Amino acid sequence: MSISLIMFLCFVGFTLLITFWAAKRNTGASAYFAAGRSITGWQNGLAVAGDYMSAASFLGISGMICFSGYDGFMYSVGFLVAYITVLLIVAEPLRNAGKYTMADLLAYRMSPRPVRALASLSTLTVSTFYMIAQMVGAGGIIKELIHVPFAPAVIGVGLLMLVYVVFGGMLATTWVQIVKALLLMAGAVLLSYLVLQHHGFSLATFFEAVSKADYAGTAEPKNLLEPGLKYGIAAAGPWGPLDLVSLGLGLVLGTAGLPHILVRFYTVPDAKTARSSVVWAMAIIGLFYIMTTFFGFGAATILKKSLILTESGAPNPNMVAPILAHELGGELFFSFISAVAFATILAVVAGLTMSASASFAHDFYSNVIHHGKENRPGAEVKVARITAFVVGAVSIGIAIFLGPSVNAAFLVGLAFAVAASANLPVIIFSVFWKRFNTSGAVAGLSVGLISSIVLILLSPSGIFGKEAPFPLQNPGIVSIPLGFLAAYLGTILTARDPEAESKFAELSVRAHTGLGAEKATSH
Amino acid sequence: MDENKTPVDWNRLAAKPEFHALLGRKARFIIKATIFFMAYYLALPILVGYAPDFMKTKVFGEVNVAYLFAFSQFFMAWIMAFVYVRVASKWDKEAAAVIADVK
Repeated sequence: MSISLIMFLCFVGFTLLITFWAAKRNTGASAYFAAGRSITGWQNGLAVAGDYMSAASFLGISGMICFSGYDGFMYSVGFLVAYITVLLIVAEPLRNAGKYTMADLLAYRMSPRPVRALASLSTLTVSTFYMIAQMVGAGGIIKELIHVPFAPAVIGVGLLMLVYVVFGGMLATTWVQIVKALLLMAGAVLLSYLVLQHHGFSLATFFEAVSKADYAGTAEPKNLLEPGLKYGIAAAGPWGPLDLVSLGLGLVLGTAGLPHILVRFYTVPDAKTARSSVVWAMAIIGLFYIMTTFFGFGAATILKKSLILTESGAPNPNMVAPILAHELGGELFFSFISAVAFATILAVVAGLTMSASASFAHDFYSNVIHHGKENRPGAEVKVARITAFVVGAVSIGIAIFLGPSVNAAFLVGLAFAVAASANLPVIIFSVFWKRFNTSGAVAGLSVGLISSIVLILLSPSGIFGKEAPFPLQNPGIVSIPLGFLAAYLGTILTARDPEAESKFAELSVRAHTGLGAEKATSH
Repeated sequence: MDENKTPVDWNRLAAKPEFHALLGRKARFIIKATIFFMAYYLALPILVGYAPDFMKTKVFGEVNVAYLFAFSQFFMAWIMAFVYVRVASKWDKEAAAVIADVK
């Protein structure tokens, strides 16, 4: 365990160094919120990939594949394909027409106050759910790794994260993500290599073992390559297949509405770099997910069941990757993987806090309360730092309250569904539909937000448990069309907005040509 | 913040036929591409859920249709990205031409 602690402290120390380096360079809002727009294409690609390869991806999906086989693989596919939506529809217009937050784009030609207020609410909601999931994951891992109890573990994570965000801003969180992404890729490559080595570097042998996966002889063999172990009708009841489609829809559309991913596109000098960074991210994320299938499936052939169950006998899905590392590479590799997993969570949490606090400061404080005028220079940044502190404290509190056994995947799935239902329709209509007006934006944001949250509460993972009135775990297939419909009807059924329409020319030219886009500041 | 010194006449730019043409080309590509990738992607959970026996058919050794189709999605995504970048570079040039006469 002491090697783990040393590795862990080394990594933490290194990222703190990055933070203090960034703190010295952080002068002004553009530096704090958008890293001075100095991040290059491949760097941002790594940072976006790093943000995305969260605990849910590295630990959660490999665990799900280990226990439920093919159905876990479906998550990886959805997570990657979602970036096509980002690439084709959202990344460049966003960079061209906005400044610091997603709401900058949404409020471009609308009446700013209601739209920014709702966009800020939606950002805070999505970020909070995502964040609680990560905090719970982090607390659980620290608890296993260095045997600190759950509550202090969560508090420790929260404090570290606050240091990154409050002092380092976007520059620090971006570079932490980059370093983290590189380490994670290295760890994944090594893990996959060791798995294949175990099977004599023969893919045929590997797949055959997976089709008769018996957890190193400690369980009945099952064919993990077959779909349906988790979402099939036999496993999940008659609604299982539809639930899978709903989940798929939420995944593929949700990324393009995730504020903490979108905000990364403001850190590059221009839209063309934003475009190339998405492509880099897709290459890295794609490779990463292919590897997770190798070590996820591999774990089911190599690890004994007893290693990956909790004391009560239930599967402990989050620890499959580190335990596999221990089995194949000993204490050293286990420590490395665990430290990287932990750093993964820390970095994502920092990024989430960054975007949530930026949204509150820039959208709500500056624009809604103070009508877009900064009353004192530096006030916006100061408010963001304070918000980061508050958001951090709140999510630490909620995570501790919920405890280590709450389903983190459920929370992340909620975040995606909300993002796809509330944010994406309004982003798309804003940029591409002239007639779109404030009422439409307000309707889309609120109906998307409310319907997704209500349906989750009414689902089997919500407040009614098995007696739930809504049969799907994921509300996507209902709430996403509702969001689009509300935005559409809210526009068609209300008066035309001449101001919104007159600004469409400007938004359109900006979005599609980059004229007048926010430029990089020099350091 | 560098703003242009003379205010930009957005309406003039937006009214240019080159701009309309550019937007038309972009819209046509993006709509077609979106229909394609969404259909290809959603086919996966639909087939897996509603045609499980077909998806379980083995193709190479133990590797089944489901696995190959899921794996192909990665390549579809990468190819889509590659195609988009090529097309978008052309659009960049056309966009630059639209704003070339802005001081």
